Amino acid sequence: MAEINGLGKSMKRKEDARFIQGKGNYIEDIVLPGMIWLDIVRSPYAHARIVNIDTSKAAKIPGVLGFITGKDLEKYNLHWMPTLMSDRQMVLPTDTVKYQAQEVVGVLATDRYAAADGVAAVEIDYEPLPVVVDPFKALQPGAPKVREDKDSNHIWHWEAGDREATDRAIRQAATVVKQRIYIPRIHVASIETCGCVANWDPINKHLTMYMTTQAPHAIRTVIALVAGHVGLSEENIRVISPDIGGGFGGKVPVYPGYVIAIAASVLLGKPVKWIEDRSENLQADSFARDYHMDCELAADGEGRITALRIKTIADHGYTDAAANPSKYPAGLFSICTGSYDYRTAFTEVDAAYTNKPPGGIAYRCSFRVTEAVHAIERMVDILAHERGEDPADFRLKNFIKKEQFPYKSPLGWEFDSGDYHAALQKAMDMIGYRELRKEQAEKRARGELMGIGISSFTEVVGAGPSHQFDILGIKMFDSAEVRIHPTGKAIARFGTKSQGQGHETTYAQILAQELGIPAEHIKVEEGDTDTAPYGLGTYASRSTPTAGAAAAVAARRIREKARKIAAHLLESAEEDLVWEVDRFYVKGSPSRFKTIQDIALAAYTNPPPGVEAGLEATFYYDPPNMTFPFGSYICVVDIDRGTGQVHVRRFVAVDDCGTRINPMIVEGQIHGGLTMGFAPAFMEQIQYDENGNIYGGNFMDYLLPTAVETPRWETGKTVTPSPHHPIGAKGVGESATVGAPAAFVNAVVDALWHLGVRHIDIPITPDKVWQVLKAHGAAAEE
Amino acid sequence: MSTHKITVTVNGQLRQAEVPARLLLVHFIRETLGLTGTHIGCDTTSCGACTVLLNGRAVKSCTVLAVQANGSEITTVEGLAQNGKLHPIQEGFHMEHGLQCGFCTPGMMLSAIALLKQNPYPTEDDIRWGLSGNLCRCTGYVNIVRAVQYAAEKLRIEN
Repeated sequence: MAEINGLGKSMKRKEDARFIQGKGNYIEDIVLPGMIWLDIVRSPYAHARIVNIDTSKAAKIPGVLGFITGKDLEKYNLHWMPTLMSDRQMVLPTDTVKYQAQEVVGVLATDRYAAADGVAAVEIDYEPLPVVVDPFKALQPGAPKVREDKDSNHIWHWEAGDREATDRAIRQAATVVKQRIYIPRIHVASIETCGCVANWDPINKHLTMYMTTQAPHAIRTVIALVAGHVGLSEENIRVISPDIGGGFGGKVPVYPGYVIAIAASVLLGKPVKWIEDRSENLQADSFARDYHMDCELAADGEGRITALRIKTIADHGYTDAAANPSKYPAGLFSICTGSYDYRTAFTEVDAAYTNKPPGGIAYRCSFRVTEAVHAIERMVDILAHERGEDPADFRLKNFIKKEQFPYKSPLGWEFDSGDYHAALQKAMDMIGYRELRKEQAEKRARGELMGIGISSFTEVVGAGPSHQFDILGIKMFDSAEVRIHPTGKAIARFGTKSQGQGHETTYAQILAQELGIPAEHIKVEEGDTDTAPYGLGTYASRSTPTAGAAAAVAARRIREKARKIAAHLLESAEEDLVWEVDRFYVKGSPSRFKTIQDIALAAYTNPPPGVEAGLEATFYYDPPNMTFPFGSYICVVDIDRGTGQVHVRRFVAVDDCGTRINPMIVEGQIHGGLTMGFAPAFMEQIQYDENGNIYGGNFMDYLLPTAVETPRWETGKTVTPSPHHPIGAKGVGESATVGAPAAFVNAVVDALWHLGVRHIDIPITPDKVWQVLKAHGAAAEE
Repeated sequence: MSTHKITVTVNGQLRQAEVPARLLLVHFIRETLGLTGTHIGCDTTSCGACTVLLNGRAVKSCTVLAVQANGSEITTVEGLAQNGKLHPIQEGFHMEHGLQCGFCTPGMMLSAIALLKQNPYPTEDDIRWGLSGNLCRCTGYVNIVRAVQYAAEKLRIEN
């Protein structure tokens, strides 16, 4: 039998060939005849009234063709667009700007240089207005109002759990620890920025929209929602998402640039290209995090966790443009009770408008899961230290036990499966935890600063079941369409969209496993709404839990039809046939068989009487539950008392994502995820001064880890298959980004706890650590 | 805007063009020559996605003017495979899973080639420092280091 490269095989990626030879097809590579360039004039002010826009000088620049302003769009009622969270967002302003770098005027030109010249020559008079950048100040009475169309800067209140029971449990607890934890604003900064080529065909009234989107179908629906009233009905829109140079959540939203490009293409009847600069990408695209969390965790006299309470202020910028499922304004923050067994919790979030760009999308995490995990994993560590217990032993004592699954969490999730003890024990064995504690004690006696940090996270991914999850009313299923050619090879199309995850390989492997067709012979396509079945896209670690499941189910339907055909060919009863790897054989006589390739040919040349020709299936998978990947990470750090530099000596990550389809790709996802956990823990932050000026708006100021800073990751695994997923897989793209930051902070604080340090907010920069050391009399003397 | 006639050898082919003085080399490569394997990831010479070889040295082509390249030899990702055979660095990235989205990959490979030319026996630290001008957001660099080690080994055998 041929090697089919099914589940568990580390086959090399099918998509690599074009990428390593410079033949990827990214958005900026798309060039259409007659294409013109769009560039954008942006506001230097965080809040200002637009007094006058003068384009007369810019209009004289050779190559500049025209301009689009908010007033122009207002004529078509396209100056505002709805957000996914029942709010609205400006495409271009007609009167005021709300954040620095907001889009103000679109400049159209024959090439990128002329467009940039035009941008530089547009003259705009502004009248500055009062700015509010601090969400706590924004929520004070009398604060400058960010939005004229709203009553106040308070956007919404959301809560989950039992407030009174939690208050009571915390009052009665033997130990309660409290901590304010801030997770700052960060940016996914995929190496490819966002962009599009909008191509309106005035004859056929049809829009082809090439764009950097992780969710082509959902975005097609949004475009129809934004511009349906001017004739852009959904069936007249084709969204094509070409190769994507990294997404991580940043390519889910609809940004104003896309809509301006569409408007320009419609007005000019020509293709219009818009490609962001890196600075525009960092300054104006969707941010992540910006959660201020007041956390309390309580325990009884034996050190058993009894209750959790978290009150959060969420800074959403000037509009609520978070890309969450409709019923979840604070995302899936209610996963914050973590991997521990207790019955009482309450959490509430209040969202505020500020003069900052909107967003609140994920940074490689499933809807606020990182914030939730960071909170509980920090609090568990603080509680263990406060009680003088070893943080590993404290976790082992409080974990939900393997026999308790499925486990109903205090805030309403049903954790499908888990073995938290096994994962932590494995991580402890790999890193030599007990020996490290001895070494730490010896070093501490000598005055050296060494810390060990643990994070034992539980994620909630794979959104999601239709009774809970929708975006704009569309249920969060995902889809697979599988067609077997007469040659026995196949093409499969999906509603998701890879941005580097390797779908062309992993989906083929799922189908190979189910159908016996070698993965090399299965072509996978995504990203074209005219050809792929409707799906909600790739984010929140949902592709394997949803579209991967759809692939398995569609393949099983094909196999059932294949059984009928095989029975016909073998002149046998269907129930007498046995499936093995790539063939049906007659029970008891394995030499009488038909391979899937034989069957595929017969499906077109010799179908059984009364059976429809062809061999294909389409399936829209509605997951019965979320999946709950988990893991335990342990980090060892050494801190330089003279410089405050934290050196990550070792980092062991044990992940349990259920069944591993391609172990090589899973490892790669974990390596990348850990690095995007390291980045905000030590380096990345977008800050604003009191006037709303951005710090961190380009790659000179917003520091991504290079190969030099990045620790050398060590990985391990346990495998607890999801009981409800067709192949037992749970999703893995984001686990490490979610789980890692708390391990780093826990390690740093562990090194400093004996000095009286209780918490340090990320990013843990050397100067911040040095200030802490100095404040606690522990900085090295010169 | 003044224009200038330049002659460059790109991936072994002589190319001539009349270019504006301010045209960046990366735009010349991508838009004038249509070689879109060289990517643009930032506007501050930080990310290295646009790295090409200029007379054998790795440069960030977003920070070189096309006119400065006049008379020089340029190698881009499209010039790595010879007669249908992948360059060892391309093979290394594929075999060691050194790429995910692929956007940083061309620049990363060209930086690695320049590094290996200077230092055929690099340690892991040498590789990490040698690639520190190139950002990758997907891989965490682990498998990029392995890919470069793979290529180093293969190049040593070939030479």
